[in-house]
Amino acid sequence: MTALTANDLSNAEGGLAQDPSPYVTHSKTGQALDIQVRGATCGGCLSRIEGALGALPGVSTARLNLSTGRLRVEWAGSMPARRIVSTITGLGFGAVAFDPQQADVDHLKAERRLLVALAVAGFAAGNVMLLSVSVWAGQDMAPETRQLLHWVSALIAIPAAAFCGRPFFASALASIKARRMNMDVPISLAVMLAVGMSLYETAIGGEHAYFDASVTLLFFLLIGRFLDARLRRRAYAAANALAAMQTGVATRLAPLGAAETVRVSDVRPGDVLLLARGERLCVDGEIVSGASDVDLRLVTGETAPAAAAPGQVLRAGAVNMSAPLQIRATAAASDSLMADIARLLEAGEQKKSAYRRLADKAAAAYVPRVHAMAALGFAGWLIAGAGVPHAIFIAVTVLIITCPCAMALAAPLVQVVAAGRLYAGGVYLASGDALERIAEVDHVVFDKTGTLTMGDPMLSGSDDPAQLQLAAQLARASRHPWSRAIARAAGSGPVADDICEHPGEGVSGRIGGEEARLGSAAFVGGEASDAARLWFRIGSRPPVAFRFEDHMRPDAAAAIDELRRMGLTVEIISGDALDNVRDAAARLGIEAWTAQATPASKAERLRTLEAAGRKVLMVGDGVNDAAAIAGAHASLAPGAAVDVSRLAADCVYANGDLAAVPRIVGVARKARARMRENFGFAVVYNLLAVPIALAGWATPLVAALAMSGSSAVVTLNALRLAKGKEAA
Amino acid sequence: MTVLLYMIPCAVALGLIGVAGFVWALSNGQFDDPKGAAARMLQDTDAPL
Repeated sequence: MTALTANDLSNAEGGLAQDPSPYVTHSKTGQALDIQVRGATCGGCLSRIEGALGALPGVSTARLNLSTGRLRVEWAGSMPARRIVSTITGLGFGAVAFDPQQADVDHLKAERRLLVALAVAGFAAGNVMLLSVSVWAGQDMAPETRQLLHWVSALIAIPAAAFCGRPFFASALASIKARRMNMDVPISLAVMLAVGMSLYETAIGGEHAYFDASVTLLFFLLIGRFLDARLRRRAYAAANALAAMQTGVATRLAPLGAAETVRVSDVRPGDVLLLARGERLCVDGEIVSGASDVDLRLVTGETAPAAAAPGQVLRAGAVNMSAPLQIRATAAASDSLMADIARLLEAGEQKKSAYRRLADKAAAAYVPRVHAMAALGFAGWLIAGAGVPHAIFIAVTVLIITCPCAMALAAPLVQVVAAGRLYAGGVYLASGDALERIAEVDHVVFDKTGTLTMGDPMLSGSDDPAQLQLAAQLARASRHPWSRAIARAAGSGPVADDICEHPGEGVSGRIGGEEARLGSAAFVGGEASDAARLWFRIGSRPPVAFRFEDHMRPDAAAAIDELRRMGLTVEIISGDALDNVRDAAARLGIEAWTAQATPASKAERLRTLEAAGRKVLMVGDGVNDAAAIAGAHASLAPGAAVDVSRLAADCVYANGDLAAVPRIVGVARKARARMRENFGFAVVYNLLAVPIALAGWATPLVAALAMSGSSAVVTLNALRLAKGKEAA
Repeated sequence: MTVLLYMIPCAVALGLIGVAGFVWALSNGQFDDPKGAAARMLQDTDAPL
């Protein structure tokens, strides 16, 4: 059994070992359970999980979706659901039962519709282009042949444009009803007028028909829309997966004393819950009976555990360590600390959706100008004496050639490429505009415990190292972070006899017949002091002390230097004690630091910075960081962060590897540069194309070349982001 | 010229078959788990196709 890490404990180890039966669905054919699996990355993992589950009695289906991590198991018979979860965790993966969410089905449907529209647009564009190239290449083509080809193009293009243009028409209509003009208005106008005008030209036997331009336009635009929708759905699905992990199970004690497993969402105020050793509290509550130590690291950031006794109030997120506690819920899960944070998240979300993306700014500049140009062309030619058909022809050409393709593709392509590059480096991006916001930051605020430091205390020294193995025999029985540190340092081994854990004091037992004690100074008989130390005494030998410290991550200093070199200022805000924070700041060379901060004061400090005009990047992992993360201009969370912080953050980086922070800022800045270049190119291209269209020199061939050419340039520029050395 | 009257409908029909096939595969859930499909291909099961 390998040493426990904060990850194990913070991810509701109690939940993992507990009964997932509240989530089992029953039907005529048997039972079914959906599980979110963590850690399955390759084909080997897939085979092992499905193989192990298939071998369980009565299991008829065990199918893991490797892309989303969702596992569905169906079985008949009396096998308890708990065995499924323990089989998976026994293989080394994380497993949490969940309720398949209905919410992301809507996103999936929208994305599917776009993909089908894209397929049809591609088919139509290809076939119509086939016919159009024949027309352009045939200088000496008989007019009848040209007519035939035009009519066939019409037959393909009109239904295709009607079907594929629906997303744009609907959006344009909604925007006009709201008395605004978004990008879809000129697009819809261009498509409808192009098709209408081409039909007219075909009917009178004219030379130029724009069927290929209208369908190709839709094809390119749908690519951009589809990529955007996919990025958003992936982010939504992953956020949902995290939320599903958060809903776990709790053990409720009925008035008669029987214990039943219930869903966290079913816990009501007044229910008495049994909190086992190692379990994380899911709702705010008051301790009814029992005495133990609780780890508040995830709630306040304090590394030293606190004593828990009847009458004390505990907030959701506290982890129980020494002995079982009975807790009366004072609020439902929806009203607990987690829910307060969730509300803060929502407020933060609204702030983020109000952020005007580059693409929106570009569209706002583009739309009125294009309409004006087209109207100008129409009026100008009419005045110059050309007939109404020809004037309309010019106006439509202007609309088509100003090609919103480059605009529509500029941002999504860059975001998709950047997200892919970051993902390869173990970084997961939560949304497209996160990149733009991260690129704008000029000040970084770090949380200390778990973010800059490893989060787990480590053994740093002792009076008598020879007694480590003896002390470990007692330490292995306790969940106190310091005991775990001793157990890790000693490796695996035996546990002493007659173990008895005294909450708040220590552990006692018998080693080789002699009485031994491991614990606080008062319990063991050593000298009292404020420093982080545990005393150990065996038999009649003098007590020895073990010292601990929360080690800095090895790459912390390098990452902070890199951030400074990039022109950012750095600050630490932590909930931990004054001495710990001062030492950490000194070691990293950071001058601005705050200790003993509450979640509210963290958020307040961020608001002060933002009011002063700074754009802040918040990096944190605990429940106490979630409000700050939601309120910052941009935010990052390490992979081992608590669920709520991961949900709120713009970007999650794996393994707590701090070198990822400067890397993410670097990629974000490059992405923003590429996006700006793309939009700049689109502007230049339009400045060249509009006069050509107004002068009447643009033919369908020219329009098609311009459209494809500009889209290709924008795509290639976005792909530049994919090249570039990625640190291994 | 008359050959065009056969070839063009043929080409369009083939294209339509392609689109229909894609839409069917999409609604059949074949694109839901690309990573899993890639991994399952390499699994060594004794059961016949």
